[in-house]
Amino acid sequence: MAIFDKFQQLAATRQALSESGIQAISVVMDQVVSATEAVVNGQRVILAGTNNYLGLTFHPDCIEAACQAVRTQGTGTTGSRAANGSYSIHVQLERELADFLGRRGVIVFSTGYVANLGMLSTLAGPGDVFVIDGDSHASIYDGCRLSGAEIIRFRHNDPADLDKRLHRLGDRIANTLIVVEGIYSMLGDRAPLADIAAVKRRHPGAMLVVDEAHSLGVLGEHGRGMAEEAGVEADVDFVIGTFSKSLGAIGGYCGSDHPELDLMRFANRPYVFTASPSPSIIASTRTALAVLRSRPELRDRLWGNARTLYGHLRDLGYTLGPEPSPIIAVRFAERDKAFAAWTALIERGVYVNLVLPPASPDGGSLLRCSVSAGHTPEQIEHIARAFGELPKPIAGLSAA
Amino acid sequence: MQTYEELLSQVIEMVQPLAPQGRSVREVTDLVSDLEFDSLKVMSLVERVEDRFDISIPLNILPDVRTVRDFTVQLQKLLGKV
Repeated sequence: MAIFDKFQQLAATRQALSESGIQAISVVMDQVVSATEAVVNGQRVILAGTNNYLGLTFHPDCIEAACQAVRTQGTGTTGSRAANGSYSIHVQLERELADFLGRRGVIVFSTGYVANLGMLSTLAGPGDVFVIDGDSHASIYDGCRLSGAEIIRFRHNDPADLDKRLHRLGDRIANTLIVVEGIYSMLGDRAPLADIAAVKRRHPGAMLVVDEAHSLGVLGEHGRGMAEEAGVEADVDFVIGTFSKSLGAIGGYCGSDHPELDLMRFANRPYVFTASPSPSIIASTRTALAVLRSRPELRDRLWGNARTLYGHLRDLGYTLGPEPSPIIAVRFAERDKAFAAWTALIERGVYVNLVLPPASPDGGSLLRCSVSAGHTPEQIEHIARAFGELPKPIAGLSAA
Repeated sequence: MQTYEELLSQVIEMVQPLAPQGRSVREVTDLVSDLEFDSLKVMSLVERVEDRFDISIPLNILPDVRTVRDFTVQLQKLLGKV
């Protein structure tokens, strides 16, 4: 088999999708107007597929902080912290995150993907075991693979299945890491984290890692995520997250009370060999974190919008993810209908994410809407109306 | 401890319902090129086998599995460890 032969199926899928004239899997935003609006193919659209949960990407204080950092510290760091040294703002952000998360220490990474890749590949090695939720993000799978540890998958959001698999490990439990997410990115469903933490407690020695990428700033009284919401932060050994969603920038972090966390900076190849985040990114993230902490009403607005849109789409008869969430997955049994609906929504001024198998969890296709605190009530109504106007054969309301 | 042949017939029995209609499953059948398995089908097979034998199958074995025979060999190794 020649090198490029393995891409033939991908090429055929892309060809089939591109015949509509809009590249669903390589959308270009000609102009980004605000946190919730952009121009795609000359068409003004409401952005409902961005993970911009708190709508902070255009917050004036975040923009000003980023501009100020560029002027005073330059456009980039041009190297990794291990080789070139840290900027003081990297260290300050780590302290502020540790304070916010109530953790002894925090490491900042250049992306959320690198945070998972780095932490998981460093925490475990050959002879260790990962027991991960089956619907975990690719960065979790990739980090586990890079570690060389054994990888066992448990059924999505099924604490009893997790318990069974931990029990089978016997003495190896002391070398075991459980990995789950707070909110899952495809269907927007939450982990039953209180039950998972209880399972962990029944197997002393096992450690628990929670990826709060989609739940930071979204769940918990203070916005710390699913572990705060479930009241089990003390059971979580390592909390991982990202700056690219609620904090409106790019980057990742890992927080822990284990003093060994700081040692991992030196053994963590993805951290050691990636250039550190540029000053503007760190500056806007610090400001966004301050906004997240001081304005809990943004979370209330986010959830109000999420419940309203979920209710409208459910009332229209769409098959949705299992619970109201800032991620609202509209499910389609057939790929072609999902694609036709995605295209029709763009024409009606609404941009959502098209998710096709095998990225979707059960072989179906999804139109994934993500709601923002920045959406106005009128924008939420516009999104719902656009779904309501989809021609019946496309909408496939009995689908999935 | 089951023989290879006994395990093989059980694996074939579990793969068959996941195969496209009319395609028979044999020892040399390739899961991807003959049965068009994607990652979801592979995971579905893994879960069926895990339930049947009350074991956890590490994902690490999957790169070495192309055929029903490969899968049965890996399963026999895992059952030997239990």
